[in-house]
Amino acid sequence: MTETLHETFARLATLDRDVVAIAWLSLRVSLSAVAIGLVLGIPLGAFLAVTRFRGRSALVGLLNAFMGLPPVIVGLVLYLVLSRSGPFGSLGLLFTPGAMVAAQAVLATPLVAALTRQVIADAEDHLGEQLRSLGLSAPRRAGVLIHDTRFSLVTTALAAFGRAISEIGAVLVVGGNIDGHTRTMTTAISLETQKGDLSLALALGLVLIGLVVTVNAVAALLRGHAARAYG
Amino acid sequence: MDFPRRSVLTLGLLALLGASPLGAFPASAEPASIVVASTTSTEQSGLFKHILPAFAAKTGITVKVVALGTGQALDAARRGDADVVLVHDRAAEDAFVAQGFAKARFDVMYNDFVLVGPKGDAAGTKGTDITAALRKIAAAKAPFVSRGDRSGTHSAELRSWKEAGIDLAAVKGEWYRDVGQGMGPALNTAFALGAYILADRGTWLAFKNRGDLAILVEGDKRLFNPYGVMLVDPDKHPTVKVKEGQAFIDWLVSPKGQDSIAAYRIGGEQLFFPSAGPVRAP
Repeated sequence: MTETLHETFARLATLDRDVVAIAWLSLRVSLSAVAIGLVLGIPLGAFLAVTRFRGRSALVGLLNAFMGLPPVIVGLVLYLVLSRSGPFGSLGLLFTPGAMVAAQAVLATPLVAALTRQVIADAEDHLGEQLRSLGLSAPRRAGVLIHDTRFSLVTTALAAFGRAISEIGAVLVVGGNIDGHTRTMTTAISLETQKGDLSLALALGLVLIGLVVTVNAVAALLRGHAARAYG
Repeated sequence: MDFPRRSVLTLGLLALLGASPLGAFPASAEPASIVVASTTSTEQSGLFKHILPAFAAKTGITVKVVALGTGQALDAARRGDADVVLVHDRAAEDAFVAQGFAKARFDVMYNDFVLVGPKGDAAGTKGTDITAALRKIAAAKAPFVSRGDRSGTHSAELRSWKEAGIDLAAVKGEWYRDVGQGMGPALNTAFALGAYILADRGTWLAFKNRGDLAILVEGDKRLFNPYGVMLVDPDKHPTVKVKEGQAFIDWLVSPKGQDSIAAYRIGGEQLFFPSAGPVRAP
């Protein structure tokens, strides 16, 4: 164990450009997926928070459950859908980074929507009556509340990013772990573990953790800066 | 109200953000490339990393290898998700051709399977006879790890049990661990359990976490492990890249490709032996 750890740190120093390329791909895929998740999830979550209609609570329950969607199932379903023999086979997306973005976006969207709904619903408890008394329509109320809670929503984005970049089940199935093309940090770590090169796998794991910490730190800095500027 | 408008703006910006990295993954503007469905043994042994740069340099074609078990690789090709398959299960390959998914199969290379186990060898399997060794393992109920994943190695293992005259279904017990994983993870498991396992020599030579595992049985001609390559029939799947796929197969079986395969060594040991056309001496 201590020997492996010692080796791990030695390997960290020798990580080459391949690792940088893999980390960069992981980052691009997961950030793209989170961006899509935010664009779809925030309006959906806000809509569910400010409106009342039949079946809404069932929808909310479903959304909350989908936060725990198993990545490998998402991967498998998308694989069948994107396969050349599947309904969207003509897109030629299988075994490409685009397929991995799609898979992670499917994982990120319900998470963003469910967390956003909670955040907006809490804000609505405080401000909803006031906004309604101003005669604002539901979309405008949602807009005001999204703006009011924007700093809390950053945390939602970070949670989605954490879910996206750390999953392996979906990207492995739809990406295929192709060297130099669809190999991400998680699939590379899994491959090195399979090859029995545990110190390299651990070194890659440290890089991945570093990546996640860095993204979170940057987000915290931006949020602090924005909070001071626009309070 | 000014605030909501700004939120809308933010969302729009995010949409752009989402779209721009996506745009950074061009699907069509890429240089010519093919998808090769292959086995974990060729990928995890490092063979592809060794031979592909030479092919890419000569033809400009990028080969994208998806490493699966032989059974899965053939299934992916049946669905049209690969242009070429390179696998090692002769019976399954012949079935693939017979079902019309490929027009022909070409010999590429071979290596052999080895029985790996703890150096202590409690069951006393050491030797050159795989069937005798398996009978001893079953009699001693010594721990044995099976791939259990419909891979070429898994089917070779099942064939060996049959040849040893052992009805696995009848004798299977706690000692027989079916892990359902690739060669590497199965070897990791064998190491952890101090178990016997049938492995392809290529992955074994490249495997780094051997612990006290060692080769116990090798050199039995029943452990011969031939690899074949096939182009998926474009009549079944019109999306198959025939020109590029055929170029890859032609190169693999050409003297250049065969020499490249023969030149791949780990610690001085050759992993795969060319077998296209006349078989060369190892």
